[in-house]
Amino acid sequence: MIPGSNQAPLLEVRNLRVEFPTRRGTLVAVDDVSFSISPGEVLGVVGESGAGKSLTGAAIIGLLEPPGRIAGGEVVLEGERIDNLPYERMRRIRGARIGAIFQDPLTSLNPLYSIGRQLVETIQTHLPLSAADARQRAIDLLKEVGIPGAETRVDHYPHQFSGGMRQRVVIALALCANPRLIVADEPTTALDVSIQAQIIALLKRLCREHGTAVMLVTHDMGVIAETADRVAVMYAGRLAEIGPVRDVVKNASHPYTRGLMGSIPSLGVRTERLTQIDGAMPRLTAIPRGCAFNPRCPDAGQRCTAERPDLMPAGVTRAACWLYHSQGVGPALARETANA
Amino acid sequence: MIAFILRRLAQAVGVLLAVGFIAFSLFTYIGDPINAMVGQDTSMEDREELRRKLGLDDSPPLQFARFIGNAASGRFGLSYRTSDPVGRLILERLPATLELSLCAAIFAVGLGVPLGVYTGLYPRHWTSRALQAVSLIGISLPTFLIGIMLILFFAVILNVLPSFGRGDTVKFGWWTSGFFTWSGLKALILPSITLGLFQLTLIMRLVRSEMLEVMRTDYIKFARARGLSNRAINFGHALKNTLVPVITITGLQLGAIIAFAIVTETVFAWPGMGQLFVQSVQFGDIPVMAAYLLLVSFFFVVINMIVDLLYFVVDPRLRGMGAAAAGRH
Ligand SMILES: Nc1ncnc2c1ncn2[C@@H]1O[C@H](COP(=O)(O)OP(=O)(O)OP(=O)(O)O)[C@@H](O)[C@H]1O
Ligand code: SF4
Ligand SMILES: [Mg+2]
Repeated sequence: MIPGSNQAPLLEVRNLRVEFPTRRGTLVAVDDVSFSISPGEVLGVVGESGAGKSLTGAAIIGLLEPPGRIAGGEVVLEGERIDNLPYERMRRIRGARIGAIFQDPLTSLNPLYSIGRQLVETIQTHLPLSAADARQRAIDLLKEVGIPGAETRVDHYPHQFSGGMRQRVVIALALCANPRLIVADEPTTALDVSIQAQIIALLKRLCREHGTAVMLVTHDMGVIAETADRVAVMYAGRLAEIGPVRDVVKNASHPYTRGLMGSIPSLGVRTERLTQIDGAMPRLTAIPRGCAFNPRCPDAGQRCTAERPDLMPAGVTRAACWLYHSQGVGPALARETANA
Repeated sequence: MIAFILRRLAQAVGVLLAVGFIAFSLFTYIGDPINAMVGQDTSMEDREELRRKLGLDDSPPLQFARFIGNAASGRFGLSYRTSDPVGRLILERLPATLELSLCAAIFAVGLGVPLGVYTGLYPRHWTSRALQAVSLIGISLPTFLIGIMLILFFAVILNVLPSFGRGDTVKFGWWTSGFFTWSGLKALILPSITLGLFQLTLIMRLVRSEMLEVMRTDYIKFARARGLSNRAINFGHALKNTLVPVITITGLQLGAIIAFAIVTETVFAWPGMGQLFVQSVQFGDIPVMAAYLLLVSFFFVVINMIVDLLYFVVDPRLRGMGAAAAGRH
């Protein structure tokens, strides 16, 4: 069951477009991306490197780095449009209503301040607590994220913690003001494999307990299958497919998703990897006409090289693929065979 | 930490001994001090007599030990030029140089750090670009030229500031201060700017590049994601992380300010140690030169010690670690 599937969405992203003006024209790094997240829901976001996952997350929390900018669409949080707020108003939303967790816990913390100080300053930025109460809350948060001896550890400095412990501190920092949504951009990629599962389990548990929704960006399909309620698949700046996790992982509609899922070695089963996708994602400067996936797509037809598909219903999920259109992909492509 | 301080102290003593040896060598190998002290017509016997009296016929190690012992207790002998005790000559000049250096340092740090922060935070703003360009001039113009230009403009053309000397001073025991009279303060302005301008531009450019680097780090991005105010991010998180290199350079530059006061003092006829040193060089007044060398290196060493201790205050990663990890580089 998808939690909160019948409620008003917590976050809605509508036709989001992120651009980089460059000397040789404008790069469109995120193009016409729409999705929503319900309260308490975990939305997994997957896709190859450079697909635009991080930029989508950064656009939501209002931290795109110039010259990158939101060139179109809107981001709506609990009914309020937030993508065009002045810096100072958006700052009060960050940390308070949307938390963020980044990839590398080793560099996310300021090395010169104790973790307690960093927690307390975040708490006091968003909550009207006295110094003593804020410190108590900091200790409670550390206990909650499973840091042993929180009362003494609170005064320690980041370098005195291991990578896994630091990511727990980062999670505590994201939870300081009990946000409704956490944007977690590859929260475990930089960690030891043995620690990754613990951190993901912790994140999942905390968010369930607090009713916090998560946008979880990751490369790890195992994590997605374990954690997410729904999955969004990105390709070359656009959404390729979005739907309930079970259907996307086990029964994908979009040829790209099928290839992506086929390349996960499932535990205990030796797969022949028949569905590995050849080729690479196009550069932003050379996105093919029509469907961006058409040069690599085994099912491509002539329509795929001419017209760009939008998301359309495809079984249980929604996919951006002409296969699911009433008029199909059109006549087969005459392709020169590889290695000719 | 105690071990670290002890090791640094030992290094400091080593440095001072080495400089002491150089200063001592001046006596032994640059001319014969007896020639410098007596007239042309002094007889051989009188010269030998004087040599014995001054202990110059003892073995070199013994002489060196005596030199260091005397220096440590502030006895540098008599000036060849004025026959006054060198210690007293230097002490008379010390306040002028230290007050000038202090003002120059306050000027350089007090203006250099804020300008560096500003240009680092807004690198694309036109004022930052302008400051960056002007700072190049500050770095490349020689000190004496800046001094002369300032004199020309403020003393000769506008006639609002004095072009030489300390103005009126007030005596506190052996210390003479220009801080308490109007003319003394006015006299400090041009030399302080001249002496501090190079350091100001250096500190500004250093803080700027450090700020630019720190603002790109993940912990600043994460601080933004936590919703901290710009003030907290810029000054609490970013500036503090630029401090270690800034403290290093500032410390070194403070020593350099005292040493380079020579040029500024000459341009402004400032009655400080630097001017005394220049006069001593002209007269081959080796006791004064030796004492000056030792004193300046003493300042250098003390400032370096303070810098090392400040690292511990700023950076928790050094605290509680072995002293081996605490070294710079
Ligand atoms: N400053 C920039 N200027 C131009 N292009 C940029 C800039 N920053 C990012 N891009 C482009 O935007 C695209 C999307 O980047 P993004 O970081 O969102 O990818 P991602 O999906 O998070 O990839 P990864 O899995 O490697 O983190 C990339 O192709 C990248 O080249
Ligand atoms: S639209 Fe065409 S090219 Fe694109 S994924 Fe579907 S079949 Fe393949
Ligand atoms: Mg990314």
